[in-house]
Amino acid sequence: MTGEIVLFVCLAALLAVSGLAVIVARRAIYSALALVVNFFGIAILYFTLGSQFLGIAQVVVYLGAIMVLFLFCIMLLQMSAEEALEEKAGLHIGAAIVLCVAFLGILWAQVLRVPTQTGTLAADAQREALSTVEAIGSGLFTRWALPFEITSVLLLVGIVGSILLAKRRL
Amino acid sequence: MVPLSGYLTISAFLFTLGVLGVIIKRNPIVVFMCIELMLNAVNLSLVAFARHHPNPTANANLAETVLTGHMFVIFVMAVAAAEVAVGLGIIMAIYRVRKKIDVDDMSVLRG
Repeated sequence: MTGEIVLFVCLAALLAVSGLAVIVARRAIYSALALVVNFFGIAILYFTLGSQFLGIAQVVVYLGAIMVLFLFCIMLLQMSAEEALEEKAGLHIGAAIVLCVAFLGILWAQVLRVPTQTGTLAADAQREALSTVEAIGSGLFTRWALPFEITSVLLLVGIVGSILLAKRRL
Repeated sequence: MVPLSGYLTISAFLFTLGVLGVIIKRNPIVVFMCIELMLNAVNLSLVAFARHHPNPTANANLAETVLTGHMFVIFVMAVAAAEVAVGLGIIMAIYRVRKKIDVDDMSVLRG
């Protein structure tokens, strides 16, 4: 029981620090590496929530595909003008921080309203059973078959679109 | 068990960091990363809700609730993958045409 809490607090600290590092880092490559750590922490949180499939999907899709794409893009662009992209300390950054703190306050006011007591132990076991790869697989091919197929069309459109954009002459 | 509000607090914090990054960053690739951060924050809260949803009356509803949360996350991941491929392609195309990638200068779609 307490081990779970300790793990959660460690992961929360990791996520907060790496999330801050994404924003504070001066170079895009450091931001990308901080984001890798952040996504990995979220994958472990999925495991603690009992959804193994999503944890693995997070590692495969986000770390294996999306972040590699980001790193390729950063290296291809080489960021010759990177120093020119430094944030100029100014009024707008202060204003943005104030706005975001207010936004976080609004979000957190809602978080405080969620009930603390959620579900019984029996339903808990049932939720465990519903989070397995088997349950998700059968859900994808029965109840959610149509959105699943539409997603594949979307990915095809994405592939064709990015090939078109990557052509040497637009 | 870790309460639902713990997960939601992390999720809210990460989402706010993403918003802040989108507002203040000038490098479009980092702006994109912050958008991914926001998507992940929402995914985390969806999974937490699926895990902690209060008991519905019938068991069929429980199955529906839990699986819907997971399905949303899967579809968000697929859409994010497509979005990143196209978005990074657009950034590369803009860089090739204009030789600089400051988002503050991107006010027109035509090079």
